[in-house]
Amino acid sequence: MHLLVCGGTGCHASASNQLLENLKKEVADKDLSGEVQVISTGCFGFCEKGPIVKIIPDNTFYTEVKPEDAPDIVAEHVIKGRQVKRLLYKDPVRKEVISDSRDMGFYKKQLRIALRNCGFINPENIDEYIAADGYEALGNVLADMTPEEATKVVMDSGLRGRGGGGFPTGLKWDIARKVEADQKYVVCNADEGDPGAFMDRSILEGDPHSVIEAMAINGYCIGADKGLVYIRAEYPLAIDRLKTALGQAREYGLLGEDILGTGFNFDIEIRYGAGAFVCGEETALIHSMEGHRGEPTFKPPFPAQSGYLGKPTNVNNVETFANIPVIYNKGAEWYASIGTEKSKGTKVFALAGKINNVGLIEVPMGTTLREVIFEIGGGIKNGKKFKAVQTGGPSGGCLTEKHLDTPIDFDNLLASGSMMGSGGMIVMDEDDCMVSVARFYLDFTVEESCGKCTPCRVGNKRLYELLDLISKGNGTHAELDKLRNLSEVIKDTSLCGLGQTSPNPVLSTMDNFWDEYLSHVDDQRCPAGQCKELIRYEVVEENCVGCTACARNCPVNCISGERKEVHFIEQSLCIKCGACFEKCKFNAISVS
Amino acid sequence: MAKVKSLADLKKMKEQLQSSISLREKSEHPEGMVQVKVAMATCGIASGAKDVMEFFTGNLEKRNVEAIVTQTGCMGYCYAEPTVEVKLPGQDPVVYGFVDVKKADEIIEKYIKQGELVDGIIPVNYETIDNK
Repeated sequence: MHLLVCGGTGCHASASNQLLENLKKEVADKDLSGEVQVISTGCFGFCEKGPIVKIIPDNTFYTEVKPEDAPDIVAEHVIKGRQVKRLLYKDPVRKEVISDSRDMGFYKKQLRIALRNCGFINPENIDEYIAADGYEALGNVLADMTPEEATKVVMDSGLRGRGGGGFPTGLKWDIARKVEADQKYVVCNADEGDPGAFMDRSILEGDPHSVIEAMAINGYCIGADKGLVYIRAEYPLAIDRLKTALGQAREYGLLGEDILGTGFNFDIEIRYGAGAFVCGEETALIHSMEGHRGEPTFKPPFPAQSGYLGKPTNVNNVETFANIPVIYNKGAEWYASIGTEKSKGTKVFALAGKINNVGLIEVPMGTTLREVIFEIGGGIKNGKKFKAVQTGGPSGGCLTEKHLDTPIDFDNLLASGSMMGSGGMIVMDEDDCMVSVARFYLDFTVEESCGKCTPCRVGNKRLYELLDLISKGNGTHAELDKLRNLSEVIKDTSLCGLGQTSPNPVLSTMDNFWDEYLSHVDDQRCPAGQCKELIRYEVVEENCVGCTACARNCPVNCISGERKEVHFIEQSLCIKCGACFEKCKFNAISVS
Repeated sequence: MAKVKSLADLKKMKEQLQSSISLREKSEHPEGMVQVKVAMATCGIASGAKDVMEFFTGNLEKRNVEAIVTQTGCMGYCYAEPTVEVKLPGQDPVVYGFVDVKKADEIIEKYIKQGELVDGIIPVNYETIDNK
């Protein structure tokens, strides 16, 4: 028998290490060490009800276990085989006690469709992909369906583009299918540029064949025999695995001429991008592939009418493609049964920032932010308070406490002033200054703006300067008004998605954290203690023991003081790096 | 490798591959084979998965453990990389997080050889499409 005790940060903070010790001692005292092992594990993700103890093999799941519960667990469960009822998990909705972890709602919160093979098959071995139903969807489509029927499956599934915009994928395919042309193209957009998003990279690294298969199906649907993957050169491992996969698929005849004896031809080439954010926009991406500057052009004409080399082109994102084979294998109805009314299926999110379980998760649409951040993500690092979550990257906005119970889907996120984007989720705690956050994203957009249209090229730069002014304590109410007006103008007048959404971080932080902007302007104060120009580090005389740790770590030598005497920070020299604050073990450095 | 010529071919191949993969577990060796999968995506490699992979491939044979070591993609537990999934014959797979060479050694000696779980298991917290 195994007793698994959660050793994640959240449970650790609620004395799970003491619990572990007590259980070990209890087991040893009862002479059970031979048969029973007590094991500390990684985070169960269910930190809200921690500490967690799980008993194997019967899968009993105990929640909120205290160190003093150890004797009960050993005496009752281990020796007598009776569950300790009071420690079992109680379902908050159904009000019933659940003992088997597999029946808990929590374990149904994550459902892996796009990531189904990531971490399970060897991405460099096509045989493993085939053994996991690989290329069966392509085979069935080619054998039994007309392009029109095959397109209808995707339309019926309700799948929407996972790159950010959420345009119905089936409709996009149908438009491209109906255009008459001698040559058409399928393009996979693997130019993942949002800071903090890495789901496309992980899919290409973990399951490249699913993207290849989906592109071939797409080719059959719209009548294209050529596919192109536009991938950023900064993803060397993904490129490598994709190349290996393409080689294997060609060797097996699953790419090339007369695929599976059906007379359908399809092959894929790789095009490299230099990592420009704007090239995620489909027209800019197409220009970049053609060898021109990566600048967007006005739509219409849409790529479905005139795309790569002037030919009809269907552009979809990596994650969108990864969903396709499953939709055919399991049926459109099955897929449409998952998610919300207008957003079907699942979405992969890249959790990053001040969260315990940084990583990739995949949840059905309609899951709430609270479930994602506090249950799957394991809550905020170091037990700090949740402040905001940034979704949608530089095009999205910050959502706060009041949005935590909103079900996540394309429309709800838009309505709350953010957007789905490609699925980056950056979690912020009480130490993050929202003016700095807005400035960080604007810094990114200024850098990444292609410069073609004036509102984006000049406007974003001005926005950045205004934010910089405010964060230095030099802003006035006039600047705040300007910030809002200019944001609205940029949104309304920019040519492409980059400019139309770049003021979102500013607007959403102004809407949700107006107080913070006001204290920067009115009191020249940064409540989170982040804006360097507005803070001072000072020695708290009562606490200083004169250990010299601060003085030794100060990079500009602005701290003076003898051993065992109170130290002093020379403000005119201080660069506010915070090294002294971090090094001090006696809380003798204050930030104000 | 010959080309796959038709859908029937593909289905036949899938059956063979599926059975060969499960055969790999059961056939020749009555006690079965141990399968070790090292997550070798960018996050894993950045945290040292290569060393762990080399350690497993190099040491399992030396210590007379019949095992298949393969690489795989990111399981999503990026905070706990390098992660390694170990499947003992006839048992559910177990994922270990924060695996370094020392931990890998412990996994081989304790879990693979004696079947005793060691600290650092990452609990599974998702559903797959197969049971949905």
